[in-house]
Amino acid sequence: MGDLDDLYQELILDHNKSPRNRGELENATCKAAGHNPLCGDRVTVFATIEDGIIKEITFDGAGCAISTASASLMTESLKGKTLEEAKALFKGFHGLVTEETEETEDGPGLGKLAVFSGVCKYPARVKCATLAWHTVHAALSENGDTVTTEDDE
Amino acid sequence: MTTVADTSNKTSFEPATHGFDVARVRQDFPILHQSVHGHPLVYFDNAASAQKPQAVIDAVKRFYETDNANIHRGVHKLSVRATESYERARIRARDLLGARHQEEIIFVRGASEAVNLVAQTFGRANVTSGDEIVVSHMEHHSNIVPWQILCQQTGAVLRVAPVNDQGELIFEEYEKLLSPRTKLVAMTHVSNAIGTIVPIRDVIEKAHKVGAKVLVDGAQAVPHLSVNVKELDCDFYTFSGHKFFGPTGVGILFGKKDILEHMPPYQGGGEMIRSVTFEETTYNDLPHRFEAGTPNIAGGVGLGAIIDYVNALGFGNIAAYEHELLAYATAALEAVPEVRLVGTAANKVAVISFVVDGVHPHDVGTILDQYGIAIRTGHHCAQPLMARFQVPATCRASLAFYNTRQEVDALVAGIRQVVKVFG
Repeated sequence: MGDLDDLYQELILDHNKSPRNRGELENATCKAAGHNPLCGDRVTVFATIEDGIIKEITFDGAGCAISTASASLMTESLKGKTLEEAKALFKGFHGLVTEETEETEDGPGLGKLAVFSGVCKYPARVKCATLAWHTVHAALSENGDTVTTEDDE
Repeated sequence: MTTVADTSNKTSFEPATHGFDVARVRQDFPILHQSVHGHPLVYFDNAASAQKPQAVIDAVKRFYETDNANIHRGVHKLSVRATESYERARIRARDLLGARHQEEIIFVRGASEAVNLVAQTFGRANVTSGDEIVVSHMEHHSNIVPWQILCQQTGAVLRVAPVNDQGELIFEEYEKLLSPRTKLVAMTHVSNAIGTIVPIRDVIEKAHKVGAKVLVDGAQAVPHLSVNVKELDCDFYTFSGHKFFGPTGVGILFGKKDILEHMPPYQGGGEMIRSVTFEETTYNDLPHRFEAGTPNIAGGVGLGAIIDYVNALGFGNIAAYEHELLAYATAALEAVPEVRLVGTAANKVAVISFVVDGVHPHDVGTILDQYGIAIRTGHHCAQPLMARFQVPATCRASLAFYNTRQEVDALVAGIRQVVKVFG
């Protein structure tokens, strides 16, 4: 069962059980809702941007362990980042869960997010991991529409 | 992580229920004899698509190897043989459903297409603004959306008969919805998501009293129950081949002859016409009027083969075996404290929906898959029913006559592992 341990790592189980930065952000300057129609997972991301920096970021919603932990860890890693850095992290994270590529020296440091490296072996679960990221991407692009994971091939 | 107890060594055994020898039956299904992630495959996703016995695989293969040609109107030998095989399957389907006439049996791609066909032909011709169409709260999306489209097109209204906390149709509430405005009742015979058997004969009788026609979605009923459309007196009945251990891309729509005869065509094309000029086209007789284009001929032949196969097993034997297996599985799952069953109707087929406390169904499904156990997780194309039970999704173990108690034990052991991982 080595594979399973790769997917459900302690850090993921912990963030699923006790999600960080969960709840609505009252003074949010941008927000977006995301939906994975395949499993019914829903997430809303709230963020406060000041001078191009993500000052505050929270999420709300219900989903599986992978999507909940991903949203939780995402908020932790995006807080304090510039929009440019956030974009680079999104790209790096997407690569991590969709391809079996190792983190490169010149790429953004994914830090704790590397815990999702096992996801790429579970094609059916990639969308769970990327839902919150697609949603934050929409929020930061000031695209308030609900995004879905359906273009995530 | 520890491994689930290896069930393959167990000697415990399946009681030989009413002469139903499951070990022998399993030999007929080659796909079942494989390992997934190092464990014997436990296939509990039959309601999504059931496995095919060798007899079906052979019939399809033999068709392509020896008889393949386009059907009808061909004068050469292969076309004659292909037509005979295909039309023989129609007769098998007629007998399976207990229909009077083979013209009442229309080949479709599956139950979804059948519902759309009825909505866009019977529906467009007979339903007008202010009319009502009644469905139940436990319909599959394919028995909701075609009616919503029809309502948008005609100004008709969709009414929904509620279900109780056990997942049973609340019959009195259904009766209250019926009125002279009701043009059609479209209802499932068996819920795909939670396995409830609807008292469909009573549903039909009440609908007829107000002059409504009734379409029965039998996609989940035909794999488990003996169906007789004459006894039910339904106006339309449909099922899909692939959920009935037959090929994908083929299904059956039964319609009463006198109703079909007055329905406008569905799709235009070859086969459905009698004569065509640029000024006027006359349509073919039943059932070909509703079968435009070259159909899934090999699929039809495979469907004929599965009907023969299931008839040989006997619906009585299957029902008795599945009844015991369902009771065993229900008790086994109820014994896990973290498991809550969703849908506990008194009258059910062997479809069990459940949730595991604090664990999303997708996580349950992924972990079970690692133990070779295939279940379905999600909304089962029945989002209104999920909303009714206030769950975004469930885990669904849908059993077939080739499943065993041993496999149920493996499922329960797998769920205990899920609980352990998320504990």
